[in-house]
Amino acid sequence: MTGEANQLAQIKTEAAMLNLKPQGRLQKLWREIKKGKYLLIMAAPVIAYYIIFHYIPMYGVIIAFKSFSPTKGIWGSPFVGFRHFANFFGSYYAFRVIRNTILINFYHLLFGFPAPIILALLLNELRSKMFKKAVQTITYLPHFISAIVICGIVANFTSSTGLINDVIAAFGGQRESFLLKPEYFRTIYVSTGIWQGVGWGSIIYLAALSGIDPTLYEATAIDGAGKWRQFIHVTLPGIAPTIVILLILNIGKIMSEGFEKVILLYNQNIYETADIISSFVYRRGLIESDYSFSAAVGLFNSVVNLILISTANAVSRRVNETSLW
Amino acid sequence: MKIKRSLGEKIFTVFNVFILSLLTLATLYPFMYVVFASLSDPTKLATHVGVLLKPAGFSLKAYKSVIEYERIISGYRNTIFYVVTGTALNIFMTSLGAYVLSRKDFILKKIMMKMIVISMLFHGGLIPTYLLVRSLGLLDSVWAIIIPSAIGTWNLIIMRTSFSSIPDSLTESAAIDGANDFTIMFRIVLPLSMSVIAVMILYYGVGHWNSWFSAMIYLLRARHLHPLQLVLREIILSNSTTDLMLSEFDVERQDISETIKYAAIMVAILPIIAVYPFLQKYFVKGVMIGALKG
Repeated sequence: MTGEANQLAQIKTEAAMLNLKPQGRLQKLWREIKKGKYLLIMAAPVIAYYIIFHYIPMYGVIIAFKSFSPTKGIWGSPFVGFRHFANFFGSYYAFRVIRNTILINFYHLLFGFPAPIILALLLNELRSKMFKKAVQTITYLPHFISAIVICGIVANFTSSTGLINDVIAAFGGQRESFLLKPEYFRTIYVSTGIWQGVGWGSIIYLAALSGIDPTLYEATAIDGAGKWRQFIHVTLPGIAPTIVILLILNIGKIMSEGFEKVILLYNQNIYETADIISSFVYRRGLIESDYSFSAAVGLFNSVVNLILISTANAVSRRVNETSLW
Repeated sequence: MKIKRSLGEKIFTVFNVFILSLLTLATLYPFMYVVFASLSDPTKLATHVGVLLKPAGFSLKAYKSVIEYERIISGYRNTIFYVVTGTALNIFMTSLGAYVLSRKDFILKKIMMKMIVISMLFHGGLIPTYLLVRSLGLLDSVWAIIIPSAIGTWNLIIMRTSFSSIPDSLTESAAIDGANDFTIMFRIVLPLSMSVIAVMILYYGVGHWNSWFSAMIYLLRARHLHPLQLVLREIILSNSTTDLMLSEFDVERQDISETIKYAAIMVAILPIIAVYPFLQKYFVKGVMIGALKG
């Protein structure tokens, strides 16, 4: 017994000599906090921002299960369960807005995804640096122009007296107000989206192309491969990883894109093809002040997005060992 | 390495240059059309049919109406305010967040990173966010435009990646010399990251310049605070050019309303088009930094 006591005493003196106090977890934590106090002070506004503007709205989605009235507040409003969801899915609108959201984004992906790849490949084959630079500068520009201006130009060009109709009329066709006809909306939306985004989207592929080892081209040329064989065996494999990652990420975003342009371009005549989930939420929620119902529709959209993005990320991790997080 | 080019390659080159020229023209022409139309004589433009290759007649009436229109002037003033204050707050908050997340010894690093990633995956949506801004009493105030968008998460990640690439030895030696984190951030990390900050200023700045949706929903009753884009929306998309027109133009009312739209577009995109060619390389740089894994 005394031996043990002696040992303990010895350890204590050694600890004292090293100026180490035996301490509890709390004290240790406190020391950590004191050491990192400046970092904590700096992080505080950022954490507060995320809590207030991202996490409180997440809490706020519970109004989707309540009959929210501003006077009673979120907590005081009566609980109604899944009534709003049942109303939405039972309504004529559910099918329409879900279909439109998926179709618009699907067409956008189908035509808008390959476009920047093709542009990058064409740019990469140019020999004149000046011409390449000029094409890049000009095609990147629309990316920086506001949705309002783009839609203003679109609305003007597609009106019955607009430029497009002038050209159609010159060839003997009928004039039409394209934005009043449901059958044209998706085409207008997708083609203007490509027009605006193709240049900017090509940057990342150009970077991937410039990352391909030039000795590969030399080696294949010596082996007698022509341009086409080089393209198939060197260029494509070189940018394939980039293509795959971006494709997966874009599929993950298929329910969350586009909103501003829809709100700016659509009108009652073309709700049939143009009204998407987010524009429907905006209209029912903020114009008609039907908060709980539209929060429920919005929640449905957020949940679908969550599933899509998580799946895309998991697939991306498996395929490429690269993921968003 | 010179290899004789085959006939196929030559044909391809011609085809390639042709396609890219066509694309360039298709990108540029709508803007050129707007320039020409805005400078046209209203009556001549109204009767003009088809492609414009130069202004139809010449008149600056539309520009005169636009720059004298009180809503455009206040819109411009408000937009400049939102761009300057908003971007300043963005840079301040984003660099704070990026700095703490780039420090390996920050005890909340993991939790904070999780918190940020979750916010990217799931969001409350439009309605709860609107109700939050309303209950914070920010409706119809300039802060509703600036504070809710104080940090762009994607930009935060880009900036953190860039801060993380600064060698630890630099910050460690400063810490040994007694510098605290504020000093390290402002005297060492930020000066070494000026290029990424330039990129962020541009991204956030253009974002504020082009932003209109939050102003539309949060500034419903504060028309005097509307940014330029929202004023532009009234003019070019809602056909409400009537306020702009003086009575003397009554006869050509319909006609001038068209040229006014184009002049208003010009006034709104001119600053972007004027600075864009000089800053293009910074914009592109942002894509590159963002493409690295965060």
